[in-house]
Amino acid sequence: MGANIYKNKKPLFLFLLPAFIFMIVFLYFPFFKNIVDSCMEIKQLGISGEVLNEPWYSNYAKLFTDENVRTSLKNTLIMTIVTIFGQVGIALLLALMVDNIKRGAKVFRTMFFFPIVVSATALGLLFNLIFLYDTGMINQLLSMFGKQELTDWKSEKWALFTMMLPVMWQYVGFYFVIIVTGLNNISEELYEAAAIDGATKLRRIWYITLPLLHNVLCTCVVLAVTGALKVFDLPWTMFPKGMPLKSTFLTGTYMYYQTMIVKDVDYGCALAVMIVVLGVVLSRLVNTIFKEKDY
Amino acid sequence: MKKRKFSVSISAIYLCLCFWALTTVYPIIWVVLNSFKAKDKILENSFAFPMGELFTLANYRKAFENLNIFGAYKNSIFISTMVCAVVILLAGLASFALVRYHFKLRNILYMLVVAGMMFPAFATVIPVYTMEVSWGIAGTKSWWLSMFSVILPQVAGNLSFAIIVLTGYIRSLPIELEEAAFMEGCGPIQIFFRVIVPLTKPSFATVAIFSFLWSYNDLFTQMFFLRRPDIMAITRLLNELTSNEGTDYGLMAAAVSLVVVPVMIVYIFMQKYIIKGMTAGAVKG
Repeated sequence: MGANIYKNKKPLFLFLLPAFIFMIVFLYFPFFKNIVDSCMEIKQLGISGEVLNEPWYSNYAKLFTDENVRTSLKNTLIMTIVTIFGQVGIALLLALMVDNIKRGAKVFRTMFFFPIVVSATALGLLFNLIFLYDTGMINQLLSMFGKQELTDWKSEKWALFTMMLPVMWQYVGFYFVIIVTGLNNISEELYEAAAIDGATKLRRIWYITLPLLHNVLCTCVVLAVTGALKVFDLPWTMFPKGMPLKSTFLTGTYMYYQTMIVKDVDYGCALAVMIVVLGVVLSRLVNTIFKEKDY
Repeated sequence: MKKRKFSVSISAIYLCLCFWALTTVYPIIWVVLNSFKAKDKILENSFAFPMGELFTLANYRKAFENLNIFGAYKNSIFISTMVCAVVILLAGLASFALVRYHFKLRNILYMLVVAGMMFPAFATVIPVYTMEVSWGIAGTKSWWLSMFSVILPQVAGNLSFAIIVLTGYIRSLPIELEEAAFMEGCGPIQIFFRVIVPLTKPSFATVAIFSFLWSYNDLFTQMFFLRRPDIMAITRLLNELTSNEGTDYGLMAAAVSLVVVPVMIVYIFMQKYIIKGMTAGAVKG
């Protein structure tokens, strides 16, 4: 019976065509065009390239010699590690804590999640004020606690820290909500059985909660890694053009910098290809390390 | 004895949780309070409450005079509403067809959708821009065309997520209702609008919230397509502000408050749906 309604396949095109035309024209075609473009000579953004670069792989050769590429790769890898351990780690701790309390869990969830809905650009401006040298919130707090000299949070020494802390902070609530959902799916009976057998709280977490959360944590880590590669708004607002001394470039911000500021468009395409390759390699790597398990 | 130890650890837990909650909420309160102070007073003592002599509206006056805040809001809301509406319509139609119709290409098309999630905006933006320039949409003087130049790629960027969430939901709907509608003489299009859409409302809400917020907050695409002041959306305007007026801290605080407070109010009223919307795709895998 059910199949009868949908036997006539004519309306199918009407349903499917608009969405897939959009995806093909604005995702698939540009994606492959971008790879071609990375080997072309493009004089200006908005004009498509007509001749191949000489030699065609010159942009890719440049990737290996460009010092900023090395910086941005290094920073992006640090960012990945920060998002894995900082975001997912803190989120896991907070979720385990919330699992123990009876009241207020909802309120905490609402507050923890809030930074995610605020645009990262606004947060960038906000953190510019917070980390201001003369004298933002942090430096005022430190001097209240008796610290004499001011810390320049945007100097070369602190720049990476100042850039990554807000990025990490913003998304903790996201992973927190995912992990709490996972925790709620673990049946209460397991804990009761373990408690009867005399297992302490910590042992229960170690032997029951964490193994059962394995797949949820795996999802979180994959999302954290792919998220780390997409970071753009906050770093570009707080440290435009890789300031100071081009030391804070991430792969994404460097791609934008090359395309829009240096106006080396085809090199920007090559950098975008590099970001894709990096994303595929990293998520493969994470998937093999944290293999999904069935229990 | 045992009971007392228990309450100590619970208080420690509450203390930790409250500390984190403080870090997520206080910065926003801090910036809103400071937006009511003269710019040099922020630097002297940013923790003081803006009362009496400290209180001033000068920052807001300046923000409205110097920045086209309302214009940027109008642009942002127009872009995000359009993205949201088009994504819901197209993704709804496609999901319905992908779930209910059996045809050869179905699995391949679904794989195309899933793979569409993997493309970062970085990897498509330059060819999309070139394409839109050749069509005469991007980089023109017209307000309408400029708006559409951002809307089109943003719609494409949200479709995959929307189709994945919606197919998951439509698959769980009982087919009997559609059969009943069919017996009454409804065609597939009527079935979609009269049966499927009303039943899928919660999932549509999820998708709508996600795509609206995503589009509203997406700076990267806006940086490419909206480069003139009169067509700037709100995040783009903020970004411009850092480079032009980076030292007027009062103005910055006021601008941040003007952008964050409306979002905060919407969030307080719709937090349940928003949290669900933002995490739905992740939990589904």
